[in-house]
This record gives sequence, C-alpha cells and structure tokens, in this order.
Amino acid sequence: MHSQNLRLWVVAMLLWLPVLAFAAADLEINTPAISSLKMAMQSRHSQLASHYASGAVGLTRDGLVALRDAALVPLAQRQAVGSLVAAENQDRKALYREIARANGHPEWEEEIHSTFAQRWVQKAAPGWWYQNHGGAWVKK
Amino acid sequence: MKKLSMVAAVLLASSVSACVTINIYFPAAAAEKAADKIIDEVWQLQNQGGAPAPAKPNEQK
Repeated sequence: MHSQNLRLWVVAMLLWLPVLAFAAADLEINTPAISSLKMAMQSRHSQLASHYASGAVGLTRDGLVALRDAALVPLAQRQAVGSLVAAENQDRKALYREIARANGHPEWEEEIHSTFAQRWVQKAAPGWWYQNHGGAWVKK
Repeated sequence: MKKLSMVAAVLLASSVSACVTINIYFPAAAAEKAADKIIDEVWQLQNQGGAPAPAKPNEQK
C-alpha cells in the first residue's frame, strides 16, 4: 500500500518537471516599457540605417552605437546624427535595464547588455561597421 | 516504509527546488532568443530577402 502511494507521489512530482522547465524557457519582453522603447528604436532606425551603411555610425563592442567617422556625414547633418546616436544609446541602455527588471532580476542587466552586444553585431548587415573585442573598427 | 517515503519525498522536493534554483542563474539561451526577437523587430529583419521566409518557427525553439 505504501509503495503504491509512493509511486503515485513520484509520478505526480515528475509530471511537474516539464511545467517548471517550460516556465523558465522564455524571458519576459512584452511589457509596456519594453514595447515603447522598441517602437522608438524602430522608428529611429529608419534615420540611422543609412549612416550604418555609410560607415559613419558603427556598432560598439559594448552593445551601443557610436559616431565612428563624422567626416562621412554632411556638415549640416552632423549634429542631428550626434543626437540620434545619443538617443539610441539612451534607449538601448534603458531597454537592457527594463528587460532585467521585467524578469525580476535587475542584476541581470549587465549580462543582457553583453548578450545584445553580440547579437547586434551578428545581425548587422554586410558593409556595416562594428568594434571587435580589441576595440578596433571592422567592416562586416 | 514510512521512513523510506519520507526520504523519497525530501529527495524529490530538493530536486524540484533545484530546478527552480537554476532560474536564478542567468538564462543565456533565453536572453539570446529575446535579443534576437527584439533586434529583428527594431531592424525589421523578418522579411529580408524579398520572398516571405518559409514558415519561420519563430515561436518555437
């Protein structure tokens, strides 16, 4: 009788394992704060894309963007591109922080930041510039 | 017998709590997946290459 009871227990406990594993499978990225950051970055991208392509703006090794060659931007636009870069970096930092917070682990911010750093570069289009581990600019 | 079931219960409880504990460590694969999803949206990479991607299993994996 006891062993049957025990077996029932074991089965019941084992049935829970996939549920727990599933719960841990995804990060929460559907909060209002994350969505609005995403939308702001998406609309800014239409203005930044040509500067990535020209090489004026590059992806830094720390998951941000930088004006790597201002000479490639017409003088009249230079200030505007500078503000775009600053705004983009502000949103990126906020995004990394918000994802960590949305998942109840603010201490994950740095690791999320470095995960993004790798993925931005990985997904960058050919011809865009990024910083390698040593900090040198490389054309993809 | 009762003792044995107690031991089994404790073992199971600790193994289940170990699964939960894993959660505290940084979930690198999940973070990568989340990053890819966000980057695809921000850079609008979903329909790259003209034709719609062949049934991309976006929600899976």
